[in-house]
Amino acid sequence: MNTVPHIEVRDLTMAYGDFVVQGGLDFVVNKGDIFVVMGGNGCGKTTLMRALVGLQRPATGSVVYSGEDFWSAGAEAQQRLKRRLGILFQGGALWSSLTLAENVALPLAEYTGLPPDRVDEIVAFKLALVGLAGFEDFYPSELSGGMKKRAGLARAMALDPDILVIDEPSSGLDPLTARRLDELIMELRDSLGTTIVVVTHELASILSIGNNSIYLDSESHTMIATGHPQDALKNGHPKVRHFLTRGGTT
Amino acid sequence: MRDEAAWQLDVRPARVDEPDTLLIVLGGRWCIDQSLPSADTLTTRLAAPVCRVRFDASKLVDWDSALLTYVSRISKSCMDRGIAVDSSGLPPGAQRLLAMALAVPEQKLAGRDSGPQGTFTQVGAATIEFIRGAPQMLGFLGEVTTGRARFRRRDLWLEIEEVGPRALPIVSVISFLVGLILAYLGADQLKLVGAQIFIADLVAIGMVREVGALMTGIIIAGRTGAAFAAQLGTMQVNEEIDAYKTLGISAIDFLVLPRMLALMLMVPLLTLYSGFIGMLAGLLVSMTVFDIGFFEYYTETLRALEFKQFAVGLSKGTVYGAIVAFAGCLRGMQCGRSAEAVGHAATSAVVTAILLITIAASIMTIVYYQLGI
Repeated sequence: MNTVPHIEVRDLTMAYGDFVVQGGLDFVVNKGDIFVVMGGNGCGKTTLMRALVGLQRPATGSVVYSGEDFWSAGAEAQQRLKRRLGILFQGGALWSSLTLAENVALPLAEYTGLPPDRVDEIVAFKLALVGLAGFEDFYPSELSGGMKKRAGLARAMALDPDILVIDEPSSGLDPLTARRLDELIMELRDSLGTTIVVVTHELASILSIGNNSIYLDSESHTMIATGHPQDALKNGHPKVRHFLTRGGTT
Repeated sequence: MRDEAAWQLDVRPARVDEPDTLLIVLGGRWCIDQSLPSADTLTTRLAAPVCRVRFDASKLVDWDSALLTYVSRISKSCMDRGIAVDSSGLPPGAQRLLAMALAVPEQKLAGRDSGPQGTFTQVGAATIEFIRGAPQMLGFLGEVTTGRARFRRRDLWLEIEEVGPRALPIVSVISFLVGLILAYLGADQLKLVGAQIFIADLVAIGMVREVGALMTGIIIAGRTGAAFAAQLGTMQVNEEIDAYKTLGISAIDFLVLPRMLALMLMVPLLTLYSGFIGMLAGLLVSMTVFDIGFFEYYTETLRALEFKQFAVGLSKGTVYGAIVAFAGCLRGMQCGRSAEAVGHAATSAVVTAILLITIAASIMTIVYYQLGI
């Protein structure tokens, strides 16, 4: 694994009004990492994700993509950086008035100017990749939770982004479906070299796919550990070990 | 059986030589379907020289949460007074549940001060909120006016069908009744000067120029404006709008402008229709109640209706349609991330729309009068 910094977060503070959710965040995500943001409920994982992908301006600090600071960049540069990001939202966030094929096709049509038959081919391939071949004409409301999530992943991958940000990939999925999704995420990293940021509190996912991580603590409102999740499990901060063993150690 | 079904409680010093330890003997049945003693009556006993409390539950027959809440109330009172609680006399299951409930201390931080606020504070907060919201509203208006509607033709047709033809029944009923009211109102006054035929003028001009558009606007605000806010609000809850934003696609172009276009096309048509139905009601009332002939009414109506009356009505309808779409979409896009927020968005869309419609109606009426239209 090479160690080219892909995302650098510097002294990031996220707040709602006067209430600091997380402060003093400093970490680097290298190219090709599967970087896990872990922490208990309500510790600010999703808020951090929203700051990373440009949905919520942080109170202070910077998010630097390959040397370019997102939040101080102009609108055009932000747009360009956004194009390199693929995001899978917690509930899939599929556009409910569009079919699956149209959901995946929209980013392609928006940004590539490919002819419609090429777009259709790519859409069919992406859907097949997530195991949804043949579901092109289904509407999101006709799908199960796991299928929505996989379709959301297909849409996030539509433009072959350099960075894939995934919010809670396996929440609400059965263990086998969750594992297949994890395998797909690892395969994407291995075959395409995609940098992947996963926001999760699913222990199985954290330990099997992550090769780098931070732990956000909801009491001190800052990060209390970084590094490989397996290391964190063996000799990390007691709170992190407590978390990673479901409270088995104290 | 009766004895077993009732609760028993005995509070006494543990032993004669141990006056500092209070023993609480619980017996019988302690369940939530009974009326149980209040823990408050016991707190009077928790005073010096008591510094320990023990329980004896050996005669307890049956228990559930009622016992747990009772004991935890006592435990809390003891903790406040610095009295030690020894719960080892309780059933093992109850001990474990109490330990779990006490394991996580109450979050003082999590509490919000939601105490009653003074009128001045409330007015101040509302004013600040309005001032903060104003740039957002203007920004939205800017985005809407500079955007480029993007949609599939099928979607626009669906939207048009939903806001237009499907609104016909309610528009018919209300317009008919308003026309009827106008006719009666006019007849009553015009009878005084023996000019009942001018009911036709009153109803025709009133409906086509003013009331048709106003009624349609208000009906559409309640019917379609609320629906728009709820649709976009739900999309906000499902993170669909965030998904557009992260792709750098304008949700305004995709979601707001087609809706706006549909309403700006359909509300003027509904206004025309409303005027027609209102005049029909006027005709019926005049013929049956006030003995005016069909042809008399018809010619008087034609005489009264000039093109400018239609132009005024249509222009108002278009403006009201735009206002309803604007308010509905704005509140939908501002929606929070909960079911409650969606309801709030729908309510506030209707309120905003009706307020703006009334303001716009007043401004246009004054301007048209000054211009002599």
